[in-house]
Amino acid sequence: MSSVLFDTPGPRTRARHRIYTIVSAVVLAGLLAWFVWYLAEQGEFAYELWEPFVTPAYVEALWQGLLDTLAMAVLAILFAVVAGFLFGVGKLSEHRMLRWPSWLVVEFFRAVPLLLLIIFLRFGPLALGPYWSVVVGLMLYNGAVLAEITRAGVLAVPRGQVEAAYALGMRKTQVMVTIQLPQAVKIMIPAIISQCIVALKDTSLGFYVLAPGLTTVGRSIWIEFGNQLQTAIVLAAIYIVCNLILTALATWAQRRLVGERKQIVINPDLVSGRSV
Amino acid sequence: MDDLLAERDLVLQAFWLTIQLAVLSGLCSLAFGTVLAAMRVGPISVLRGAATTYVTLVRNTPLLLMFIFVFVAAPNIGWFVGTPFLVKGVIAVSVYTSAFVCEAVRSGVNAVPLGQAEAARAIGLTFGQTMTSVVLPQAFRAVVPPMASVLIAMTKNTSIAAVFGLAELTFRMRYFANNSADDTTIFLTFALLYVVLVELISAGAIGLERRWRAAR
Repeated sequence: MSSVLFDTPGPRTRARHRIYTIVSAVVLAGLLAWFVWYLAEQGEFAYELWEPFVTPAYVEALWQGLLDTLAMAVLAILFAVVAGFLFGVGKLSEHRMLRWPSWLVVEFFRAVPLLLLIIFLRFGPLALGPYWSVVVGLMLYNGAVLAEITRAGVLAVPRGQVEAAYALGMRKTQVMVTIQLPQAVKIMIPAIISQCIVALKDTSLGFYVLAPGLTTVGRSIWIEFGNQLQTAIVLAAIYIVCNLILTALATWAQRRLVGERKQIVINPDLVSGRSV
Repeated sequence: MDDLLAERDLVLQAFWLTIQLAVLSGLCSLAFGTVLAAMRVGPISVLRGAATTYVTLVRNTPLLLMFIFVFVAAPNIGWFVGTPFLVKGVIAVSVYTSAFVCEAVRSGVNAVPLGQAEAARAIGLTFGQTMTSVVLPQAFRAVVPPMASVLIAMTKNTSIAAVFGLAELTFRMRYFANNSADDTTIFLTFALLYVVLVELISAGAIGLERRWRAAR
């Protein structure tokens, strides 16, 4: 195997690599074994601590938490897609009166930490409920990110398409609605699915305002059983499995709809549309 | 607004703590993330597998859960019991961010065309020369934009420390918020402080890019 960093290894290098491989495998396995031994020593594998995760009532509570989490993420993304379309197209508008406000809104919600936004929605003048403060917060933040994705998607449509449409005598709105957006959507779908992963992870912030969801269910479990570590491991596993499924979906959509080459790479957290 | 002005010390302290959190976690995750990236692009298959596993697990776990591991679960098994909150916050944020730093560095290394290194070797440069004068300078340039967005995301992510009692900006925002109309001003003030930090990183990245472009 050759890479930018090193040449195709010769026989001596390969022998050296084999030694390194064995040494690092031993060290890593040792560390892992020590950690497992340490946990066992601390009694962290005791059945009582893991019991809630095989007890139907608690499994059901976790399942409900997962459904709530997924519902929040999906709801937020749906609204965010709509908002993202509006503001993304707004940012591309030729009219200053449309472009500048869109730019301001998008930049603001991208730069503000989601938790700060949720706290404002929950404890500010709006005083939304826990559930809606998380969902609305997610909507605003992801809407801003999706606006950038929309903009990048529209700009990724080949220039010739737009020119051809104008040449046929279409008007600006027609070009956007019938030519640019439909093609942009196809390019955007993988990026939107990736954004779902971010939204799913961010629903965990509902923990702070006691919104329904996995982390809140987890808290009530560890308060009852005192099994903080076990609960955290189970929650992490659930999140990881969900996100890996979404990642696989995004990869599939990328191959299916866009092809390997063209990928929307935007910096979702960068203030301003300039390419840093 | 009067509340904020009356207790501006609290706000400034919170701002300072956010800066501390961001700078310390930034340094830690840059260091650890680079080591991870080196493991991921290196020739040792075991290390490659270990780093890949780490990145996959950490990237798909919410940061809040990292904080739960460090602040709630770890003391339960006797770790980090007397550790200062700032250190624990830095650990949680760094463990999370280093996975993203690793990906940014890796993408930078992969962005250097294979031909560059092959040409360098062909004209007889040693491994050290190939790295320092051909591969790494190009990789650094490619790394700047994704790294800037990782660091910006990290700065915003430090807000989660508020959930676990670190009195930084988001924590103070909660302290001042009291369901009144005044909260909008308070919110905008705190949001603006974050925007300042984000813009600083952004400006730094633009500066670096411009400087390195001129050197090319």
